[in-house]
Amino acid sequence: MIQITFSVLFIILGIAFILMGSIGIIRLPDFYSRSHAASKSDTLGILFVIGGLIIYEGFTQSSLKLLFIIIFIWLSNPIGSHALARAALKKGIKPILYNRSTKTKEDS
Amino acid sequence: MEHFFLYSAIVLTVIIAVPMVRVVKGPTLFDRILATNAIATKTIVLICLTGYIYGRIDMFIDITLAYAVLGFLGSLVIAKYLSSHKIMRKREKEQSS
Repeated sequence: MIQITFSVLFIILGIAFILMGSIGIIRLPDFYSRSHAASKSDTLGILFVIGGLIIYEGFTQSSLKLLFIIIFIWLSNPIGSHALARAALKKGIKPILYNRSTKTKEDS
Repeated sequence: MEHFFLYSAIVLTVIIAVPMVRVVKGPTLFDRILATNAIATKTIVLICLTGYIYGRIDMFIDITLAYAVLGFLGSLVIAKYLSSHKIMRKREKEQSS
């Protein structure tokens, strides 16, 4: 019973994190901030959901393979996001920087 | 418990459809690649949940591993291709002419 409760809790928490990452991809203004939202919250959400599935499964061969998937995603998702951001910086996409001076200029 | 997996898979499907907006209207090419990468990452979880709905996780887990490798490799290769020197030089020539 405790096993199923923790599994449901982890899956709901992970889906909430994935939802936040999805909203961040749509709402944020810049490519670099979008890449931040996509890489971090997706990695944590997938960790929580697959961790909940591992708790539901118990000690079997399938749970070991699920653990391999978690380790692979932890390695691969930040590497892909980093490579994309590096390519964008080399191509010359400028990040949006908000200074206090420009802000007061817009306000006045 | 299978009903819970079914409902969470439905919610996850709706969440996966959200970054398609960024794929369609993204200002630059990199936004589109980033949103495609995010969709591929979330599909991994969806395939795992599908395996638990059908009760055959031992078969679906191998599909998930292969899909994870393919999605990661696709985004990495496109990023390396766009930042390679030949492509950058060709683009500079086109802009200057």
